[in-house]
Amino acid sequence: MSGLNMDTVKAKNGINWLKYASPKTFYPLAGRLIPWFSAGAFLLIAYGLYLGLLVAPTDFQQGEGYRIIFVHVPAAWFSMFLYLLMAGYAVLGLVLNAKLSYMMAKAIAPTGAMFTLAALVTGSFWGKPMWGAWWVWDARLTSELILLFLYIGYFSLQSAIDDTNRADKASAILAIVGAINVPIIYFSVKWWNTLHQGASVSLTKAPAMAAIMLQGMLVMALGFWLYSVAVIFARVRCEILERDNKAALLRQEI
Amino acid sequence: MASIQQGSRLSTFAVLYRILARDILVAMRRQSDVAAVFFFFVIAASLFPLGSGADPKLLSSMAPSVLWVTALLSCMLSLSRLFASDFSDGTLEQMLISSQPLILVVLAKTFAHWILSGLPLVIIAPFIGLQFNLASESLQVLALSLFIGTLALSLIGSVGAALTLGLRGAGVLIAILVLPLYIPVLVFGAGAVTATTIGMSPQGALSLLGAILALSLVFAPLAASIALKIALE
Repeated sequence: MSGLNMDTVKAKNGINWLKYASPKTFYPLAGRLIPWFSAGAFLLIAYGLYLGLLVAPTDFQQGEGYRIIFVHVPAAWFSMFLYLLMAGYAVLGLVLNAKLSYMMAKAIAPTGAMFTLAALVTGSFWGKPMWGAWWVWDARLTSELILLFLYIGYFSLQSAIDDTNRADKASAILAIVGAINVPIIYFSVKWWNTLHQGASVSLTKAPAMAAIMLQGMLVMALGFWLYSVAVIFARVRCEILERDNKAALLRQEI
Repeated sequence: MASIQQGSRLSTFAVLYRILARDILVAMRRQSDVAAVFFFFVIAASLFPLGSGADPKLLSSMAPSVLWVTALLSCMLSLSRLFASDFSDGTLEQMLISSQPLILVVLAKTFAHWILSGLPLVIIAPFIGLQFNLASESLQVLALSLFIGTLALSLIGSVGAALTLGLRGAGVLIAILVLPLYIPVLVFGAGAVTATTIGMSPQGALSLLGAILALSLVFAPLAASIALKIALE
């Protein structure tokens, strides 16, 4: 176990990142990191909710109802970001034939789908008072729905194939093909001229919202990030145990 | 050397042509399969007026989406057959270990699939469109959009067919995998026809449809051939 100590690795020649590409070394590292990420996620989400619900001023057009964006917007960001990340791990898996990459991709999918569903549900809660309808067939809503379908397709394929090796590779290809759809989601606002208000946060021009609102959203996003890492690591650990056919890690655990 | 090079260059087209001809010949031996997809399209499209009432205005505004969704579903129905019979009798394995690139094989088989299930729809759709009270200009755009669109559908579908090859319940699974990927084709295909019915130019939507076709022509055979290799590992 002493070989897994991060300090000794650092002392030798910087950090040997590839070391943790092996499930055996990643397993204990992830185990040690999960509590830190969980605690960070809890604190940041609590602080973000405090900023969003109590500190941020009431919007003069939308009233208090707008406050759902502190959950909605970061959830929508992460629904797309996690899909791209999943596709990234799928590429890594196919190129390097690294088992851990496939496991990461598989572990990311449920969290991504959860954020997609959260973005859709919170979006409809926001839409009812603002648009007067739970659902409108607007480009961004629709493409978020398509994203959910893509996640569902990924799960379905993954679970339909019994052979782990084939399941990993086939679903990796599906993730990559689906990822071509994600830029269309993001730029659909510009392509289809529809009901949805334009993007609230832009890098090229000054944001049209109060700084405190932006701050609340970014804190929430960071919190969601840490949460995702913690949950994904926990899921990868389960996956490693399940695939560990000699059950060496499992014996250690017990 | 020169003759060998020329020989291999010729054989690329020969491979495309032979697989295409073979697939069509095999399909012609079982014509009922091909006809079933065609009749599914005709019957399913005829159900909509029975459900919604025969108001000509309503029908002509519904027509683009009804015909496009029905075309999409009938293309999808025949996808599971794209590789399945060759997979079960071992022909696909022989194609994989042959000296020809698998991408060519996939491309030829996909094109055969389009000729057998896409092209008939392109031909019959304007006649169904007449039943939906579409103007002649819209009918032309409908046929053109289906011509471009069904090619893209066959290409994108080949990836789904390769991924689900030999799996339990492949038929339903293929729908879940492929239908979300079909959505952009549907949006621009039906969009082109709708634009024409309301007196706007369909050119933008048709161009985007062409762009999707170009993109899928590059990526789909590649993805499908990698998926086939995985399935046959």
